[in-house]
Amino acid sequence: MTMSFEQLETVYEMMAQAIDKAGPARESLFLAKLVLLLSHHVGDDEVVHDAIATALRDLPD
Amino acid sequence: MPLETAYARTIDFKWQIGDKSGMRPAGKGPLESLYFTYPRFAAKPAPEQQGRNLRHQVAIVGAGPVGMLAALMLARQGVASVLLDRKQTFNDGSRAVCLARQSLQILQQAGAVAPFLAKALGWRRGRSFYRGHEIYRLEMPHADSVKYLPMYNLQQQYIEQFLNEAIEREALIETRWQSEVIGLTNVPAGVALQVDAPDGPYRLHADWLIAADGARSSLRNLLGLRLRGENYEGRYVIADVRMRHDYPTERRAFFEPRANPGGTVLVHKQPEDIWRIDYQLRPEEDADSAVQEAEIRRRVGEVLSEIGHVGPWELEWWSIYTANTLCLDDYRHGRAFFIGDAAHIVPIFGVRGLNSGLADAQNLAWKLGYVLRGLAHERLLDSYSPERRAATLDVFANASKSTRFMTPPSRGWALMREAALSLAISQEFVRPLADPRQMRPYSYAAGPLACFADRDRAFESGPMAGSACPNARIDDGRFLLDLAGNSFTLLLFDADNAHATQALIDRLRAHDPALEAIIVVGGEHQTRQAGAVVRDRSGEVGRVFGANPGTVYLLRPDLHIAARWRTFMDDEIEQALRVCLGKEPAG
Repeated sequence: MTMSFEQLETVYEMMAQAIDKAGPARESLFLAKLVLLLSHHVGDDEVVHDAIATALRDLPD
Repeated sequence: MPLETAYARTIDFKWQIGDKSGMRPAGKGPLESLYFTYPRFAAKPAPEQQGRNLRHQVAIVGAGPVGMLAALMLARQGVASVLLDRKQTFNDGSRAVCLARQSLQILQQAGAVAPFLAKALGWRRGRSFYRGHEIYRLEMPHADSVKYLPMYNLQQQYIEQFLNEAIEREALIETRWQSEVIGLTNVPAGVALQVDAPDGPYRLHADWLIAADGARSSLRNLLGLRLRGENYEGRYVIADVRMRHDYPTERRAFFEPRANPGGTVLVHKQPEDIWRIDYQLRPEEDADSAVQEAEIRRRVGEVLSEIGHVGPWELEWWSIYTANTLCLDDYRHGRAFFIGDAAHIVPIFGVRGLNSGLADAQNLAWKLGYVLRGLAHERLLDSYSPERRAATLDVFANASKSTRFMTPPSRGWALMREAALSLAISQEFVRPLADPRQMRPYSYAAGPLACFADRDRAFESGPMAGSACPNARIDDGRFLLDLAGNSFTLLLFDADNAHATQALIDRLRAHDPALEAIIVVGGEHQTRQAGAVVRDRSGEVGRVFGANPGTVYLLRPDLHIAARWRTFMDDEIEQALRVCLGKEPAG
């Protein structure tokens, strides 16, 4: 079950604004909280483990 | 495991843990307490010094709580011991504070529990705060049908005093204070200790040796043994203060408090208006400056104002520690057994040090007692180290988790902790991450004495084989385990064939003459019974044990479940007893 492109784009925009709102000193904390919350809602640990591994890939040097 | 080693230093521990021993305010002697009078135990001339040639069955080195308990438990088995300590009094400062429920049960078996219950502060709740918000309430399970509360706070010197009072009533224990072991030689079927005492050195011979001489164990060094494991970098100052402070006995944890930004604070109540304050040092803080009295007073004062204390307070004692998960590879070395901190050093978070040590002493004492009384084969002693070292490793796994939460070792751990804590203000699901993971009794189900696992699996409920036996209130107001002694216990539910029951008890008593038989009778069952009868009209005891008519539990002397059967199986029950006596290997 994935969301439509339009829905994803809305999330993208909300995240951009939320990161700016948290500010540089708090953005990591905000993102970490978000991961815990979303993981809880997803309820499938394999999906979360895969997502963590995927997000860790291709980080720029 | 990569998680365990990536952030902790793996060390080969010799004897210095970097922790300083306790400190007191300027002008006070090391034993000058605000509330406790340390006795001074004289050195009595040893019989060996008067030319007597003695051979002791058991020598115990270290008269701390763990060594004293070992001596008491051996005495309950009718086994004499000599207890040596180089000090002339108890350990200074309060050190260990929390006794877990299982330890109270052990103290009851040792015949020493009464003064503990009179003095200690029982508790079952805790609160965790994050930046002033209460984010977690710890509530340890407890029911009125259970005899002891989950936790009791009591300063270590009282623990030692009460155990020593029990020892002084016990003719089978000879305590020799001011007697330091400085040499150890193996002799045939025993050890020879070189003892240094005020009246001069002497040699002491014993068949068996119990090393209970603590984290800096000199017996460990004399045998060339090393603790191995990890040292965590987070440092905590612990300080005891005396003050009138109105708050229930609960564990309070403060994350990111105003009084210690970037660090954590723990507060515990102890008897005699003594409060234990633990606060974490920040990574850049210098340990030597942090333990200066003026700095201790400044930091403690900030914590006290954070918890709303306004009146005066007095500083009693302080110390500093880092968390370690260290243990010996084997808790037995020939004729020597290591118990307590001499065998393992665990992080302070979660009350594991003293409570693990008491369980070591209990485990070893019944086995050694049965071997020395000729009731068990000597190979039973081989089970001590596997059972208790596995318990230590289980403690390490839990303690490592709580240590990483209490002292995050890197940016990632610190960030995730803050994420969890700040989310916990509004989200319940994340709050258990702040649980202190208090010690639970360990199960010996995977140990060398475990047997009849298939019979265990046939139960739908009740305590599993290997686990510590639960307690339950019985109809006469006593508790089930009050009926168990320091021997094996057979627990039978609605045994309707008194004849077969008596025949089984006779068979088992051929192995253990002191075996207790407890027959739990539900309903209005009225036949003559072969053992102590417990009425269970409410069915509560039966429910706790998931029992049907005919169900049998065999309890070891340490009140762990040896095995259990849904129906009466006399041959297997005798076989399980033989396994627990080292007479045959577990099948």
